[in-house]
Amino acid sequence: MHSFGYRANALLTFAVTILAFMCAICHSLITSILNINWFQKQPHGNDEVSLTLNITADLQSLFTWNTKQVFAFVAPEYKTSKNSLNQVSLWDAIIPEKEHAKFWIQISNKYRFIDQGHNLRGKDFNLTLHWHVMPKTGKMFADKIVMSGYRLPDAYR
Amino acid sequence: MGWIGETIDSIKSIQIRQLLTQAISLGMIVTSALIIWKALMCVTGSESPVVVVLSGSMEPGFKRGDILFLHMSKDPIRAGEIVVFNVDGRDIPIVHRVIKVHERENTGEVDVLTKGDNNYGDDRLLYAQGQQWLHRHHIMGRAVGFLPYVGWVTIIMTEKPIIKYILIGALGLLVITSKD
Repeated sequence: MHSFGYRANALLTFAVTILAFMCAICHSLITSILNINWFQKQPHGNDEVSLTLNITADLQSLFTWNTKQVFAFVAPEYKTSKNSLNQVSLWDAIIPEKEHAKFWIQISNKYRFIDQGHNLRGKDFNLTLHWHVMPKTGKMFADKIVMSGYRLPDAYR
Repeated sequence: MGWIGETIDSIKSIQIRQLLTQAISLGMIVTSALIIWKALMCVTGSESPVVVVLSGSMEPGFKRGDILFLHMSKDPIRAGEIVVFNVDGRDIPIVHRVIKVHERENTGEVDVLTKGDNNYGDDRLLYAQGQQWLHRHHIMGRAVGFLPYVGWVTIIMTEKPIIKYILIGALGLLVITSKD
């Protein structure tokens, strides 16, 4: 009961348990803003929109000692008569370090914004910025901000 | 000559009893492991509650050899979630992120498109011939947490099975020769 082996084992188990607990309780807050510009729209089968995104974000407070990377993406969310929810990721980025977490970027959508059908004319939608935090070890967590009030043009261009 | 016979009998009986005890301990260890595995399957609602990452398509987030903990709830599938899915005709499940979701109003069925973070294009090339979207029944679970490097044990044992046999042999030997 008092051998070195038993004591080493007990110490190791205790240390690992505490470490695991510490990995689990890390958390943080963020603020960010997002704007959007318009471009063109081409129908060929399904509606498709091409847009220029203007993204400003400060995700620095998400980085802790246990953060490996933050995955951020922008997706519009809208409803159609056939689909109660459509989410289409337009842009994403992997942020590997705190120094890269504060950025401003203006680009065309990385992934095509294609509807299932012809529902995009005059469509109202919310633009969401999501962030997924991947830890070095442990539980992943995610959150988002939603900006409502966006609307696609009423006619094709 | 009678007492020699008695001595031999007593020695035999001790050995048999010890052997049986050890066999039962071994059996208990194996069954406990199985119970824990099945319980995990129940709790997480997933057929495979723990998976090992095999490819680099989700780097730098997940590297080959990392272990992922899965959980499958009835919650709807949403963009950004990392899901593990099976494609018809492929036996190894794939772990990628959901980038597009189209959920039907009436049935609640969902069309999902996935993409590996480190890949250039989406997963349509990985899906079955003519398949454009994943559906709920393809998805085995959501990744909720992970441990780095621990999965290398499984990868090594799968790719070099002789190590698996050596390990099991050594473990068996340890149990049999231990005196408590």
